[in-house]
Amino acid sequence: MALLAVNKLTKAFGGLVALNNFVLEMEKGELVGLIGPNGAGKTTVFNLLTGLYQPTSGNIVFEGRDLRGKHPHQITKMGIARTFQNIRLFGNLSVLDNVKIAHQVVINYGLIPAFLRIPPFYRREGEIEKAALELMEIFDLKKYAHEKAKNLPYGEQRRLEITRALATKPKLLLLDEPAAGMNPQETYDLLELIKWIRDEFDLTIILIEHDMSLVMGLCERVLVLDYGSLIAEGTPQEIQQNPRVIEAYLGDEEVAAWEE
Amino acid sequence: MKKYLSTLIICLVLAVFFVVVQLGINNGFITGYWVTNLYLVGINVILASSLNLINGFTGEFSLGHAGFMAVGAYSGAIITANLGLPFPLAVIVGMLAAGLTGVLVGLPTLRLRGDYLAIATLGFGEIVRVVLMNIDYVGGASGLRDIPFVVNWPIIFFSVVLSLLLIRNFICSSHGRACLSVRENDLAAEMMGINITYYKVLAFVIGAALAGLAGVLYAHYYTVLQPRDFSFMLTFDVLVMVMVGGLGSLTGSVVGAVLITVASAFLQSIPELRMVIYALLLIISAVFRPQGLLGEKEVSLKILQKLGGVFNGAVGSKQTH
Ligand SMILES: Nc1ncnc2c1ncn2[C@@H]1O[C@H](COP(=O)(O)OP(=O)(O)OP(=O)(O)O)[C@@H](O)[C@H]1O
Ligand SMILES: [Mg+2]
Repeated sequence: MALLAVNKLTKAFGGLVALNNFVLEMEKGELVGLIGPNGAGKTTVFNLLTGLYQPTSGNIVFEGRDLRGKHPHQITKMGIARTFQNIRLFGNLSVLDNVKIAHQVVINYGLIPAFLRIPPFYRREGEIEKAALELMEIFDLKKYAHEKAKNLPYGEQRRLEITRALATKPKLLLLDEPAAGMNPQETYDLLELIKWIRDEFDLTIILIEHDMSLVMGLCERVLVLDYGSLIAEGTPQEIQQNPRVIEAYLGDEEVAAWEE
Repeated sequence: MKKYLSTLIICLVLAVFFVVVQLGINNGFITGYWVTNLYLVGINVILASSLNLINGFTGEFSLGHAGFMAVGAYSGAIITANLGLPFPLAVIVGMLAAGLTGVLVGLPTLRLRGDYLAIATLGFGEIVRVVLMNIDYVGGASGLRDIPFVVNWPIIFFSVVLSLLLIRNFICSSHGRACLSVRENDLAAEMMGINITYYKVLAFVIGAALAGLAGVLYAHYYTVLQPRDFSFMLTFDVLVMVMVGGLGSLTGSVVGAVLITVASAFLQSIPELRMVIYALLLIISAVFRPQGLLGEKEVSLKILQKLGGVFNGAVGSKQTH
């Protein structure tokens, strides 16, 4: 059984069809790239997968369970986590607290231990902190543990978003333009990191990228969206030669990067 | 080890403060007027810190504190004055009634995004007042009389300490962090698996219940309740305390409550001036320290940490671990 099966998913905002009959099946362990020009509907796919939007029609089945009507926090508990195109950290909280908060889906305790500070409180808090610090160690964020998240350098903020998403122990990780605003070196490091995460954490990943060349080196399979419709799907080589894809990107500034 | 030491020191300081004030009251060193104001400070500390839990820590904007206080005060007073039951029961019933009212007001409004809460709670406060004015069982507009005089310094002291301790324990737990994350970015919080409606309502209900406690104390000190005691001005006073002390700082709320209560005690004879001073305080703090006197900092931690460095990582470690 596929880990994720997206079936004829459509989302309309009034007259605007942001996503039209989107279909996707993913097996465990896959790393799929989702590309397309501005406004193609890429982020809309993530918003539907995470329950932020309810589909106009079609459905999503994750591990055999239909996601329709589920709240975002329930979907996170089921094992889907994401990062945001525009960074959304808990800016005034410490980096450690950012990661601890994400750990709460996995380890938590009741209100009574919280109010009365009875032993389960200390035990669970200890576990949460240990798990958070271990994860931060891996992503080289431990040194910032007590900094406010908003004071981190841009690249580190992006890394913290990924760390925080991983803290919820997802099976499916959705990365929305994780390299946006990064310089080439940072981007390269990030792509290496994503590959490593996938193997290390036994993950299935969907990666949205605006810049096609990035996806090509990383993903086994690429989907191309244009005006809400899936116009191509295949290996990076197939996508690169697909005339519809080239057309969709023509006139876009991406063409320059594309033709290199 | 260090943790126990600092807890011990805090307990010691509180115990000394408690005993000194009690002796001062017994010997008439603290006169009746200042005893009243001392108790008012206590009641206001509970009001300010519980409003801060909603407005400062969870980032919702409630204007309903006078209403919840009234619900607590009246339901507590009914227990003792009308039914002749003991005071501890009044505390429990007052807090439960205010908390339940919190659920009823909070559940429909807090699940909506935006500032519906401010409008809804503003309306709620006025409705409570009008309803109370029209219920003869609680004396209508002329008020509820002959409530037993129960409140004394130990009751005020332990109510304040317990309230602050409960709020502090809540904030420094996973549940408190969830509330903070809702304030910081509700969308991201939801994506981290936080049920944001649950946490908004939870903080709101805890805040309402503690306002109810303040109401019960108020009722059993003044022994008379009138609906007009719980006008919007009361909520505004508490809001000023929270803003001056710092949204999101518990010690700030304590400082704010003490400052404002003492200031209005001195200005008792010229009530018009009181509002002018409030407005000025708000403007000054908005211009020079928009984050309030203490911002989001907690003063006791810092001071203790600096004291000789002995306590390094002791109390501070509680906040950050
Ligand atoms: N909540 C919404 N309300 C109305 N229209 C929306 C909403 N969300 C997305 N859209 C529209 O749907 C279309 C697809 O948007 P989406 O954010 O999915 O694009 P994208 O592929 O992620 O683009 P980009 O590369 O710029 O991030 C756009 O035309 C956008 O304006
Ligand atoms: Mg997008």
